[in-house]
Order: sequence, then structure tokens, then C-alpha cells
Amino acid sequence: MSAAPVPLATVEPAQTPWGRFWRQFAESRLAMLGLTMLLLIVLVALFAPWLAPQDPYDLTKLDLMDARQAPGAKSMDGLTYWLGTDGQGRDMLSAIMYGLRVSLMVGVLSGVIALSIGSVVGVLAAYLGGRFEQIVMRIVDIQLGFPAILVALILLAVLGKGIDKIIIALVTVQWAYYARTARSAALVERSKEYIEAARSLGLSGARIVLRHLLPNALPPLIVVGTVQVAHAIALEATLSFLGLGLPPTEPSLGLLISNGYEYLMSGKYWISVYPGIALLLTILAINLVGDQLRDVLNPRLAR
Amino acid sequence: MTAPLLEVRNLRTEFATRDGLLPAVADVSFDLVRGQVLGLVGESGSGKSVTGFSIIGLIDPPGRVAGGSIRFNGEELVGAPPERMRALRGKRIAMIFQDPMMTLNPVLSIETQMVETVLAHERVSRQAARARSIEALSRVGIASAAERLQQYPHQFSGGMRQRVAIAIALLHNPELIIADEPTTALDVTVQGQILYEMQKLTRESGTSLIWITHDLAVVAGLADRIAVMYAGRIVEIGDAGEVLDGPRHPYTRGLLDSVPAATAPGQRLKQISGSTPSLLRLGAGCAFRDRCQRAGQACGTMPDMTAVDGRSLRCHYPLDAVREAA
Repeated sequence: MSAAPVPLATVEPAQTPWGRFWRQFAESRLAMLGLTMLLLIVLVALFAPWLAPQDPYDLTKLDLMDARQAPGAKSMDGLTYWLGTDGQGRDMLSAIMYGLRVSLMVGVLSGVIALSIGSVVGVLAAYLGGRFEQIVMRIVDIQLGFPAILVALILLAVLGKGIDKIIIALVTVQWAYYARTARSAALVERSKEYIEAARSLGLSGARIVLRHLLPNALPPLIVVGTVQVAHAIALEATLSFLGLGLPPTEPSLGLLISNGYEYLMSGKYWISVYPGIALLLTILAINLVGDQLRDVLNPRLAR
Repeated sequence: MTAPLLEVRNLRTEFATRDGLLPAVADVSFDLVRGQVLGLVGESGSGKSVTGFSIIGLIDPPGRVAGGSIRFNGEELVGAPPERMRALRGKRIAMIFQDPMMTLNPVLSIETQMVETVLAHERVSRQAARARSIEALSRVGIASAAERLQQYPHQFSGGMRQRVAIAIALLHNPELIIADEPTTALDVTVQGQILYEMQKLTRESGTSLIWITHDLAVVAGLADRIAVMYAGRIVEIGDAGEVLDGPRHPYTRGLLDSVPAATAPGQRLKQISGSTPSLLRLGAGCAFRDRCQRAGQACGTMPDMTAVDGRSLRCHYPLDAVREAA
């Protein structure tokens, strides 16, 4: 007998919740497709200044002679307009790349701010309870009672145009969703025994809320977050289309669509349609990722 | 005779409900000597858990400790400022809960949860806290403690999680551990191991233990003293062996007879007829009188705790000292 001694107990390597989460997420091909698309879109948006053939914000680069060129046309100085040009002679491909930048930034930034405000308010409401909870949750109810687009339109009419203004409007519209989700998630977690156990160990209230309550209430917030970012991007596009969102000098996808609207009937479809497709793909990608997140993070579907 | 570690006097804990005040614990008094194990026995809703939570100061609204006194090392805990209670909790009084699946935070590693418990009460380095955690895990019989420390709760079995929970409770060498049915959710063999560990640990460290359970078999092997609770009151308290061998209160007797082992095989199992009364409609008399075969005229008034040879009981018609033939 020369067999090596067999260890009695093998300890499996520490398996983080994140590792498990990733394996479950990767099970769906559709979600991976969505994630790939989303990553590509984000990369394009991030590196637009280096990738785009033209700087659409630099008016000196634009040539009115090149206005409303069909996709594939050559410019005066030899550049190919793969997706055509708009009414000012802007290369649509470049304009879409820069537009994605604006749309994504507005969507993500407003989403993150709304998520922060909403989750803090919601978790506090659940933890403190009492009058604070009553007042906050009634405000949330009222907020959610109004159509989002109406609230945003009123706000923008008062505040005026600009990226900061539209982010304020989107945050105002969205924080209530996060607050409601955070509160219900925190209420469920708060009644669990590990919170009681944490209290029995003499941990401070702030530590229990931040370290124990919030991370456990996070999964539903992430799911709502992805859906809400897609909503924010769509809402921003709608507002820009209506001429209320961003200034025309820094066009977002919505504004690009709106710019091409007047030419749509004369057969110059590309000015509206390509930004529209870009918008569609972005929202689709986010939603594919969001759907899978919801399936993976939903405790009722837990495998 | 040294002063007891814990003196509970006339403790009353109430919960405000839609239907009125619910006295979950009423007029509970007992002493706990250092190093002693007290078994707190009773059915569901008898107030045994609420008693434990009252001592550690974790009664949340709508509940409140409405009266009485809890003295820990001579220090009054009823009405103590929340900051003081927080300093005691986890440090000198620790609690172990029923369901080990639920008491560990699923998203934090064992290391995080143990280290934060150490740091909540002591200013030591993370390394020192980590070393303490590893030592505590080894003490409760967890092999490869250093590797196990980095794992997450879902990588532990139920029994192992309860060992982790016990290790966390032991981190600061508390003087009192309140264990709220810590073995109920475990299977019998694991239950045996945990009981053995607890017994060993309390003996080694001189920690006092309040073991809350509905399982008489568990207390029989573990407790020095037993307090039997019914409808929010202690009905009988005394030396564990004496109470189990010769119960004087009809309810204790009924409980003991309900243990299946007390009945010969093939015979019908014994039970206490009727069910626990609603705490909202107790009335003035003894809460057990409607289910008690010995109940008489006097039971219309609540009996006081009376001391009878070394134990206290709350009954007008106690059983004789010698166990009657069943």
C-alpha cells in the first residue's frame, strides 16, 4: 500500500455570491447577446471622439453642400457617409455615436442619482417606520400617480433646456420607483432573523442598515434600475423629440430622430431611421440584460 | 453564596395589539447563578422567547417591557439607555437563535460577520480580530477554521451554521448566553453534537446559559435548573433533576407525560386536553384551570409562587412530592 493519504475533509474554495451570480447569468444566450450588445454600445459611446469619422459638434467641419446625402455617398473631401447626412450636412454615423453618448449619459446618470436618493429614502422609511415612513410613502404615491411624461414636461417648461435640467427632470420622475422598491425589499429583509441577530451582537444602527440591510435589498433595486435606465433613455428621447430636452448643438438620439422627421415624407428616411434603430438596439440590449437579472435575482425562481 | 449573575423580578412584557394589551410575560421572577444552566421550558406562545428577548433588550414596538426588574451583575437593565444595552449585547450577553439558516447574513462572508462583531466592542486590529475568529471557530469544532472563515453561509450545513452562530456568540466570552431553541431546526444527531459542545463550552468558560426550548429531553441532559412557563408565567421552577423526576405542578406533569417515551409502546399517547388559552382573555384565575384535572374552587384566583422544599410553584393543588403511579 503506497497510496498517498487522502485528506479527510476537503474545503471547497470560497465561492462568492458574485461568482454564483455570474454563472447563472451566463446561462441565457439571449442575455449574453444583450450584454455583448450593451457593452459594444457603451464602448462606442465612450470612445465616440476617436471612432467617429467626423466631429458633429464642430460646425466648421460641416458643409451645407453635403446636406441630406444618401447612405454611402462620398463627401467633398473623400469621406464616405455610411449612414448619410442630415439637413446640416452632418455625418449621421458620427452624429449617432455622439448621440448615444448623450443618451446613455443622461440615462445612466439620472438612473444612478435616482437610485441613490430612492434607495436611501426607501430603506430609511422601512427601518425607521412611523411618521417618516407614512409621509415619504404618500409622497411616493402622489408622485407615481402622475404620468412620468407630464411631470417631466412641466419641469422642463419651468427649468428650461440643458443636460442638467433634463437629468433633474428624470430624477424627479424616477426616484419614487426606487424608493418604493427599496422600502418593500428592506421591509422583507428587516423582519429576517439575521437582522435581529446583528442587533443581538450589539452592532450599531448605521452599520446594520448599510452593511446588512442595504446589500440584501439590492437585487430588486438592480432589476428596477436596469428597466428604469431604459425608460429614462426613452423618455429623454421623447422629450428631445418634442423639442423640450437637449439643446440642438449637442443632439441626443431623440433630437436626431426629430431632426429627420420633416424629411421622412420626402424619402430621406435615414436621418430619422438610423438614430431610431440605435435607440431601439440600446433599449433592447438593456432590457435583455434586465430580464435575465430579474430571473437570476428573483428568490422565487431561485435554483 | 455569591450574588446571582442575573436577577429577574416580576418581569412583565406586553404587546399592544388591535384587540388590546397582550401580556406575553407576566410576573416572571428567577435567579441565575454564574456558570449555571437554566432550562426555560414551555409550549409555543408561553412567553419563554419573549422572556429571553426582554433580558437582552430586543423587544420592539408594539411590545414593551412594562414592569419589573432585570438585574445583570447588579445593574438594572429595564429602562437602561439604548447605548448601554448595545454595549452589553454581544459583549457580555449573547444570543443564539433558533434557525441557523436565517441568522447569518447571506451576502457577507463568515469572516466579515465575525470580525465586525469583534470590532463592534473592542478596538483591536483586523488581524487580531481575525485570529480571534479563527480561534472561536476551532473552539466549536470547525475544522480548517482559517479556510472556512472566508466562506459564505450557503457553503455551510445547518449544523455547521449553528456552530458558527455559537462561535460568534462566544467571541467576547460573554457572561450570559441566551439560546432560543438553538437545536430545534437541526436533526437529532447534530442536535446531540451541539448540545455536547455547548455543555463543554459553558463548563470551560463558566458562562451562564439560559436554554429556551420546548423539548424536555434536551433540558434533561443540560440544565441545572428548570423553569416551566405557561401562558406567560413561570408555573414551576427548581432543580432540573427534581422537577423532572417529581413534578409538583399539574402542567409540568402533563408536559412530561406527553413525551412519547413516557407511554408504553402500543398505548395511546397521552396529551394535555384542550389548548393554550388566549393571552387576551385570561381572566383572573389560574390560566391552566380549564385543562387541569385537579382544578377546584380556589383556582378562580391566581395562585402565588410558593416555595415548597427547594422549588417554587404556582398552584393551589400541587401534586404530592412522590411521583404518583401513572
